[in-house]
Amino acid sequence: MHGFYALVSGPLVWVAFAVFLGGGAWKLWRLLSTARRKDVFIHEYWSWSHAVQSYLHWLTPFGSENSRRQPVMTVVTFLFHLGVVVVPLFTLGHLVLLEEGALGLSWPALPDAVVDAFAFVVLGGCAYFGWRRLALPQVRSVTSAADWGILALVAAPFATGILAYHGIGDALLMTSLHMLAGEVMLAAIPFTRLSHMFTFWVTRGYTASEFGSVRHVRDW
Amino acid sequence: MSEAAEKKIDIVNIEDTGLDQGIARLTPERIEKVINQIIDTETGVRLKLYVDTCVHCGLCSDACHWYLSYDRNPRFSPVGKVRQTIWKILERKGRLSPAEVRELAVVAYTECNLCRRCQQFCPFGIEIAYMIALVRRICHKLGVTPLYMQDTCHSHSAALNQMWVKEDEWTDSLQWQEDEARDEFPHLRIPLAKEGAEIMYSVIGPEPKFRTQLIYQAASILHESGVDWTMPATPGWDNSNMCMFSGDAEMAGRIVKEHFEAALRLKVKRIVMGECGHAYRAVYDVGNRWNAWKMFPLPVIHSVQFFHELLTSGRIKVREKMPGKVSFNDPCNISRGMGLHDMGRHVTRAFCEELVEMTPNREHNLCCCAGGGVINCGPPWKKKRVLGNSAKAEQLRRVADQGVSIIVAPCHNCHGGLDDIIHHYNLPLKLKFLGDIIYEYMEKTRAE
Ligand code: SF4
Ligand code: SF4
Ligand code: SF4
Repeated sequence: MHGFYALVSGPLVWVAFAVFLGGGAWKLWRLLSTARRKDVFIHEYWSWSHAVQSYLHWLTPFGSENSRRQPVMTVVTFLFHLGVVVVPLFTLGHLVLLEEGALGLSWPALPDAVVDAFAFVVLGGCAYFGWRRLALPQVRSVTSAADWGILALVAAPFATGILAYHGIGDALLMTSLHMLAGEVMLAAIPFTRLSHMFTFWVTRGYTASEFGSVRHVRDW
Repeated sequence: MSEAAEKKIDIVNIEDTGLDQGIARLTPERIEKVINQIIDTETGVRLKLYVDTCVHCGLCSDACHWYLSYDRNPRFSPVGKVRQTIWKILERKGRLSPAEVRELAVVAYTECNLCRRCQQFCPFGIEIAYMIALVRRICHKLGVTPLYMQDTCHSHSAALNQMWVKEDEWTDSLQWQEDEARDEFPHLRIPLAKEGAEIMYSVIGPEPKFRTQLIYQAASILHESGVDWTMPATPGWDNSNMCMFSGDAEMAGRIVKEHFEAALRLKVKRIVMGECGHAYRAVYDVGNRWNAWKMFPLPVIHSVQFFHELLTSGRIKVREKMPGKVSFNDPCNISRGMGLHDMGRHVTRAFCEELVEMTPNREHNLCCCAGGGVINCGPPWKKKRVLGNSAKAEQLRRVADQGVSIIVAPCHNCHGGLDDIIHHYNLPLKLKFLGDIIYEYMEKTRAE
């Protein structure tokens, strides 16, 4: 057990971060350099001012036409994504490990209760997305096993984190599983649909450029 | 229950000689070879980005008039159309049967107007229309295209216009309209191939063929406003482009090139196009890119821009306003496609007593269901198309209930599509081009 803990809290952390950052950078670089050769439109028509306006509109709840038509989805997605980013970055436990680990730097953490609540929000979001996949025909018809897979991939670290924090189950086991789940998720980002974390900026920005600077209309 | 189900219309098994004869010639080997050739050599990052980024959330569904009109049937949701086509192609690495190729063609040609409304609804801005157009490209290369659409493409290849208009027929039509118009404006000319004129006016194939009245009206407006204009005597006068919808990119590029070359030969300063949305899309968004022009080699403007310019510069004046209430139908290719919705409204308001807005409108308009080449798939597909836009019918009915009797639509395709919808759903509405209204209600200082 201690060996397992040592593995997931030591080398695997580094591996996961390396795969996440390296894989993400590699993916973006490959996309953009291939675009220069085979899809010149992306670079040719790119317009930063339209891209940035579009990012802001789409990241702000109710900032786009469609988000106003889908109020529940808008609120859930917004809180869910906020949670996915905030929980790992502002949990005291993570920051302590980060500072004690090789990084040696840290930033203020959020109160545990807040982070805990956010973790529940993320799980709630996963449940809502799962419900949509089952209940809405237009979503069910395009759902595949991989879609359930990434939902599980995201839910796992939050679920185990909650169990560990609330002292449910064996503490060492839960913490180890939590770390493992987190590492798996992180490493999977560049190679699954979770890579939309990186590609969002490209697709959104490119569409914004075509709409804004070629066609002179809003894309939100 | 949807109207299609009620009337027992089989929307899946519609016969089309072009598609049926096309698949009869296919072998699995050829299908696999052609598909992979196109995927490998003609696609790059966009396809991969779009396919890998789409999170299968279905949020694009509500954007599509097909989906809304067919009782939210997932078959018609934008991402659903990609599932039935691109995903299948990629998952199976091009190993499809001829019957499956036919299914691709049905979805791509007859169930999507390439209107890009879904792109505006997708949080990632994924361009479904790009992927559907790619499927059409594959079908074109496989020789599986709807009969009626292919006929217009053949006409483009043979005669460089959409309607098999011969060179002498073209000039005859112009001279005939000039003759007619001289009864009203004694000094009116349709200057043919006048070198160095300021403007080259271009139209779509159907105008000389059966909507010659539009040429008369345009000539009257141009004459009244006193601009220095001309029309080409050589091919290149037709700005329409069915090949960009069939997937024949080579011809689509050639048509646009010919159009610009006609203008360059005449040494005009710019091109003004008639009221056609898709023709405009061809020059600023499709054909120009095929010819490696980022925008165009010389300025091109759509009639809406031109009318706006004539009005604001005082070259045409309003004699009296058209009585009654009108509503403005935004053609996707000039509203969502070029942001001309405000100019269109400006001109409409100037000439009409009252403008009642329909919703959704402006760049979020619902497509008329004719665009993207769907209406050009011809009679076999008409019923399905009309039923596929009950959403628009409802929208039109709402403005009719508010007392609107005229819909202004500055787009040929929209006229075709809306006309069918108005008839089918018995709406008390008439359609007009901006040119119709301007011609009728402008001051005619040079008329007799
Ligand atoms: S018709 Fe328009 S909204 Fe529907 S899928 Fe095609 S591009 Fe998207
Ligand atoms: S295209 Fe966009 S809106 Fe539609 S399912 Fe994919 S990600 Fe969702
Ligand atoms: S026909 Fe009119 S509304 Fe429909 S796609 Fe073309 S421009 Fe759009």
